[in-house]
Amino acid sequence: MSPVDVGEVISRAHHEEWARVVAILNRHFGDLDVAEEAAAEAFATAVERWPADGVPPNPGGWLTTTARRKALDRIRRENKRDDKHKQAQMMYDDVPRDSVGAVDDERLRLIFTCCHPALAPEARVALTLRMVGGLTVPEIARAFLAQEATMRQRITRAKAKIKAARIPYRVPSADDLPGRVSGVLAVLFLVFNEGYLASGPDTDPVRHDLTAEAIRLARLLRELMPEDGEVAGLLALMLLTEARRAARVTGNGELVTLDKQDRGAWDAALIAEGHRLVRERLATGQAPGRYQILAAINAVHTSARDARDTDWSQIVALYDQLVRLDPSPIVALNRAVAIAEIDGPDVALAIVDRLQGELVDYHAYFAARADILRRLGRIEESRAAYGRAIALAGNTAETAYLTRRRDQLG
Amino acid sequence: MQYLVSVIDDTPNSATSDEAADINAFNDGLRADGHWVFAGGLGAPRTATVVDGRGAEAMFIDGPFVETKEWLSGFWIIEAADLDVALKLAAAGSKACNRRVEVRPFL
Repeated sequence: MSPVDVGEVISRAHHEEWARVVAILNRHFGDLDVAEEAAAEAFATAVERWPADGVPPNPGGWLTTTARRKALDRIRRENKRDDKHKQAQMMYDDVPRDSVGAVDDERLRLIFTCCHPALAPEARVALTLRMVGGLTVPEIARAFLAQEATMRQRITRAKAKIKAARIPYRVPSADDLPGRVSGVLAVLFLVFNEGYLASGPDTDPVRHDLTAEAIRLARLLRELMPEDGEVAGLLALMLLTEARRAARVTGNGELVTLDKQDRGAWDAALIAEGHRLVRERLATGQAPGRYQILAAINAVHTSARDARDTDWSQIVALYDQLVRLDPSPIVALNRAVAIAEIDGPDVALAIVDRLQGELVDYHAYFAARADILRRLGRIEESRAAYGRAIALAGNTAETAYLTRRRDQLG
Repeated sequence: MQYLVSVIDDTPNSATSDEAADINAFNDGLRADGHWVFAGGLGAPRTATVVDGRGAEAMFIDGPFVETKEWLSGFWIIEAADLDVALKLAAAGSKACNRRVEVRPFL
């Protein structure tokens, strides 16, 4: 196996096995810090050893065993002076490895712990991306438009609180489940988005593993909570977004915007499943939450055979509904983009102008603004906005797209 | 695992007899379910005396060590298996005493 292939195997193992290794170790040692560090050490050992020794037949098993050994080493080191503690901790080592089904549940437990309401919302997301998603701290910082040091501290504090206050490691009881789910959904949506718009100069523009992981966990949640509209809404939203994946990036790794996508390349099965979920929710007659509205917006887009057939007035009506639930500037920005299609770019620009203060670090803000300015023939201002968008964008496909658009301004 | 549930207050001597009855009922529940360790109400901050016994002679200073808009007016120490249990009890305690509470684990 060439070094490149081993690198790929390790990277795949990281995506597939990270959460499992952390979850198993956390249960055995009752300490997220130990679990995370040992998992990281096990993967570092794989990077060192696999190119020379070859990839083990069962990479996941190898990683779990190695991580467990690392964790025991750490506990032995730390408890040298305290034999009683050592004995107590060592007993965990006898717990046998779970079957695959049980391990999946193990990851769900890990999610509910990471999304516990006693943790600050931003800490829940950060912790889940680190522990379940396996993202690095810099990747998480980028996903949140936050400083790396801030993010590192946020995760450290959250782990310390889980341990000191004894936040339990379990799926909540039926009574508590609905309330606890919305926090989990927010986190899954972020994981999905990190996969959908992956960051980093050497990262693939779409990390299918992350989108797939978010969808897998959303499906699992839906199995647990079939009556929850927002779980269904988020799953539908993810499916309708994922369905467009193949059409969204060119062979050269450049982003293709919705209006230019080859709609024949969309995944019809995923779209049908997404539409079915949206219809199912509409049929309940219950007031939709934000994920259901976002799913409905995507259902409108994916119902149009040609971009020109898009029912923009319905999309604007859905955004109006969404703004009432979520008055964030990002929602307002997306609404403005839809407004441009109905009322024209000049009306949209007036809305976009008012949002600048809040979105001054957000690449999509400048990308949207650049496109509106281009349509208004304000070429030099458009060029400057593309420049800002390119400087802020972390996704390689977006950067390539934005650069071409800027260069085509003439 | 023990947790301190502090009662946050902003008006001295504001407890009503209804609240006292609810608190008693809540305390009975804590005892019946094995969560009770200790609880008590505290006098207003102006009844506090700060003591510094580190020097040769102890110093006594009238008043709380820091003036705040909100203070501790009482507390429970509860026994709970984990934070989920503690938070549920604290929510019921908050309802009973009609005030916000803060939950902190003992080390």
